[in-house]
Amino acid sequence: MARLETSGLDVHIGTTRVCRQLDLHFNAGERWAILGRNGAGKTTLLHTLAGLRRPDNGTVRLDGATLDTLSRQRVARRIGVLLQDHLDAFPANVMETVLIGRHPYLGALQWEGPDDYAMARAALHAVGLDGMEDRNVATLSGGERRRLGIATLLTQDPAVLLLDEPTNHLDVHQQIRILDLLQARAQAEHKTLLLVMHDLNLALRYCDRFLLLFGAGETAQGSADVVLTRPILERLYGHPMYALQGPQGPVWLPG
Amino acid sequence: MRPLLLFSALLALTVAGFGWSLTSGSIDIGWRELVAALFDPEAGLPARVILELRWPRAAAAFVTGALLALAGALMQVLLRNPLADPYVLGISGGAATGALLTLLFGFGGLWLHGAAFSGALLSMLIVFGLAHGRGSWTINRLLLTGVVIAAGWGAVIGFLLAISPEQNLRGMLFWLMGDLAYAGTPLTGLIVLLGGLLIALAMGRSLNILAHGELAAATLGVPVATLRRLIYVLASLLTAAAVTMAGSIGFVGLVVPHMLRLQGVRDHRLLLPAAALLGGSLLLIADTLARTLLAPRQLPVGILTALVGVPVFLVLLYRSRELHGREG
Repeated sequence: MARLETSGLDVHIGTTRVCRQLDLHFNAGERWAILGRNGAGKTTLLHTLAGLRRPDNGTVRLDGATLDTLSRQRVARRIGVLLQDHLDAFPANVMETVLIGRHPYLGALQWEGPDDYAMARAALHAVGLDGMEDRNVATLSGGERRRLGIATLLTQDPAVLLLDEPTNHLDVHQQIRILDLLQARAQAEHKTLLLVMHDLNLALRYCDRFLLLFGAGETAQGSADVVLTRPILERLYGHPMYALQGPQGPVWLPG
Repeated sequence: MRPLLLFSALLALTVAGFGWSLTSGSIDIGWRELVAALFDPEAGLPARVILELRWPRAAAAFVTGALLALAGALMQVLLRNPLADPYVLGISGGAATGALLTLLFGFGGLWLHGAAFSGALLSMLIVFGLAHGRGSWTINRLLLTGVVIAAGWGAVIGFLLAISPEQNLRGMLFWLMGDLAYAGTPLTGLIVLLGGLLIALAMGRSLNILAHGELAAATLGVPVATLRRLIYVLASLLTAAAVTMAGSIGFVGLVVPHMLRLQGVRDHRLLLPAAALLGGSLLLIADTLARTLLAPRQLPVGILTALVGVPVFLVLLYRSRELHGREG
């Protein structure tokens, strides 16, 4: 039994098909990249896997149980999501924002305790936001806000981490730092990572399995040497691609 | 602000508000006589004035203010917009129409409350149903819908009063602006307030999460659809209880949570009880002003709350435009 799996999954956005009869198995310790063009349905698929959206057909199972038979709270203890955008409608500071990650573990009338604060501080430290606990979230830069979102996800500490473009707004150094951090967590704590990525080379560097969405319901999955070949990538992106030999393997460039 | 300091200050304001209200009016009653009256109900005319005239009205003002502030704060989280207010969005108008209809047909008691609640819930579903969505048009759409619904209810109320043969119905001003002169002992309101506050406190942390957006809240384990329905019902109940007591008093639900947020009170587990206390004491103070400013003439308190609320609303609207200019 895989940690998170789908069988016969059909997902549509309006009349556009994202996937058809898709079977996926995400196991402990695996790091997956979801690749595809704009509008291919990467985010929609991610939301379906998180139970934020019902599949049009087929099932998503978490630890063997169908997702919509579980309470949102139980799901949130096992699956965490970094959404593409953050909404800050009311003023909030960094500590308050990162602490919301503890919500799935607390009773209705229970307040956050010292342990919750310690986890939140450790997560802020891990993403390099320590010392910013009292900063107003509205004054953060795009990259800092993104790292705060990742810190919130680390505070939630789920077994499955679904990240929608985690490197959005991050500079090169921070991209590597955050992905190193996620990879280390995944290995040390056997977490399952699913990253929606636009940077093929970062995906190649950090992920060991790939799910390709071609649009119109067509998909491919497997390891790099099976699915990341030139003809497949050119069809995926609808653009000529070529590879250079880099120090850690091939580096893909658009032609 | 530290919670202890915040609630000490609010309690002090509440006590001071009651003290001032009970000692102010056409008969001069000093603080010493007030204390004497509270401990000895048989202590003559001042005691009777306080216990039979001023105390019920002061209590009604406090409960009404608390109900409206709580309703406003709840609606603001649901819409993630500080401009939401039961009066501005036409929810009070719906409750007033429901209440007025039952009075015209000669019903009262539970029917009155039930009809006010149904009117409020209907407005809530129309306004929030139409405003639900994403993107920058949402605020405009929300406010437009609310204003139009409020105008519609205003017309219905005007029509009902115009065709009504009864001369003893509370007047147009009561239903459209709010007035505490007709409020009785606020027992029903108090029960709704305490029940509503308890439920609101139990969902306090979920509301904090909901402020980050419905999708984000769902990923953190908040049952968003259930919570949203609960807020619809609760905010409608609170508004209906306030309106059956004092008519459509505006802007309390807008101004009070805003004042608290400016002071850095953001956690809804603190914000909601604080809003109830602050809303209660501010409406109590406003009503005391309304009945003493031009004494012996008594003003409807809704006039005062609108005079304060309209500028605050405009400032908030201007700021939200700035915010959207930056984001867009």
